[in-house]
Amino acid sequence: MTAMASPGLQKRTRQTVGQILLIPIVLAMLSAGGLIFALVEDGVWDALSWVTLSIPIALFVICIARGR
Amino acid sequence: MKSGTKSLRRWSWVHKWSSLVCTVFMLLLCVTGLPLIFHEEIDELLHEQVAASAAPEGAPTANLDKAVAEALARFPRQVPHFLIWDRDDPSALWVSIGKSLDADPSDNRLARVDAHTGAFLDAPDFTKRFTYIMLKLHTDMFAGLGGKLFLGLMGILFCVAIVSGIVVYVPSVRKLKFGTYRGGRPRIVRWLDVHNLAGILLVMWTLVVGFTGVINTWADLVIKIWQFGQLAEMTAQYRDRPPPQRLSSLQSAVDVASKAIPGMQPAFVAFPGTTLSSKSHYGVFMRGGTPLTSRMLKPALIDAETGGLTDSRDLPWYVSTLLISQPLHFGDYGGMPLKIIWAILDVVTIVILVTGLFLWLRRHRSAASVSRFVRLNEASIGEKVPS
Repeated sequence: MTAMASPGLQKRTRQTVGQILLIPIVLAMLSAGGLIFALVEDGVWDALSWVTLSIPIALFVICIARGR
Repeated sequence: MKSGTKSLRRWSWVHKWSSLVCTVFMLLLCVTGLPLIFHEEIDELLHEQVAASAAPEGAPTANLDKAVAEALARFPRQVPHFLIWDRDDPSALWVSIGKSLDADPSDNRLARVDAHTGAFLDAPDFTKRFTYIMLKLHTDMFAGLGGKLFLGLMGILFCVAIVSGIVVYVPSVRKLKFGTYRGGRPRIVRWLDVHNLAGILLVMWTLVVGFTGVINTWADLVIKIWQFGQLAEMTAQYRDRPPPQRLSSLQSAVDVASKAIPGMQPAFVAFPGTTLSSKSHYGVFMRGGTPLTSRMLKPALIDAETGGLTDSRDLPWYVSTLLISQPLHFGDYGGMPLKIIWAILDVVTIVILVTGLFLWLRRHRSAASVSRFVRLNEASIGEKVPS
């Protein structure tokens, strides 16, 4: 089913560099935040760091699972 | 378009070669780094440790002179280099002991003493431990400073590979939605999708951990610069003085330093004549209380003859950079959940390395796969494919 859907994706119009990099930049900033938060203080800041640094992991799993 | 294609070819070349050269070493670093994230837990599991006495919080601590003497009694005719407070275990202190003052501190034995009674606990031989072997493989591959700097160079190539990877990522996903994984397509397409996806998701983490690792390989050099720079400056008036005949009290040196730098606690003391102090001073290194400030040290130099404070300054930016790059590399500043996240990100990095390697190997296996790979790439770059 998903294999049928992917040629459709390929026919999408070409994206600009800005469109391609928008999500990666947001994710990179979240990761940078995650790396810094836990340095500030323990407690809530640690938790904030765990959440933001888990986002890339979660997205990786979701994207792979969706495309299978 | 033409010049764009040309510069893209150049970036592809940079990405290919920077990755290929460092991949084997990065795999070694990722694999050995994985257990190192949990080195405390592994050591605790594999090795017995004499328990320190149970003391209530805020109980008076042992006299430091007595504690060091207890440790030294087990190592006759040897000298203390450093006294170290355990960041995670306030019940114990470590005394780093060398054969002589100018012996290489990395060969020192570490003796554990009870922070409250001052009694000797144990002096485990770390060099036989699994975590030590992993650490040596991870930091210098048992090849000393040369190995360390070489791994640093590989780390720089890794960072170059990440940056060039971003550049070649852009045209290769031009027609794809973010996060596309084409599970129904041939293996090489799936590898490319996994490589692209994991690579772009982890960009910031791999860059930060990679580059802070590189900075860590320069630690020996940074400390040397500090020794001949700020430390020499602070102790200039003592340069021609003979070393003290009898050392003043260590405990009072720490007390004087604590009074001189209020709001901070001692992290470690460098004994007179060691690499981190002068021959006439105790170097008392104080630290703050938050995850960040606990890594930022501030030394107070205590005259080891009179026991008085000579000088105390903030460390220069290049030492602070080194100190701050350590937690960011180790991932040990946010409790067990952060360590687990660090480990998962490390495994995903291995996936990036392996899929990258497979993609390269595959394009050399057969002419058919080469042409398929080229077609695939050109199709995603958006050029017309002659068919």
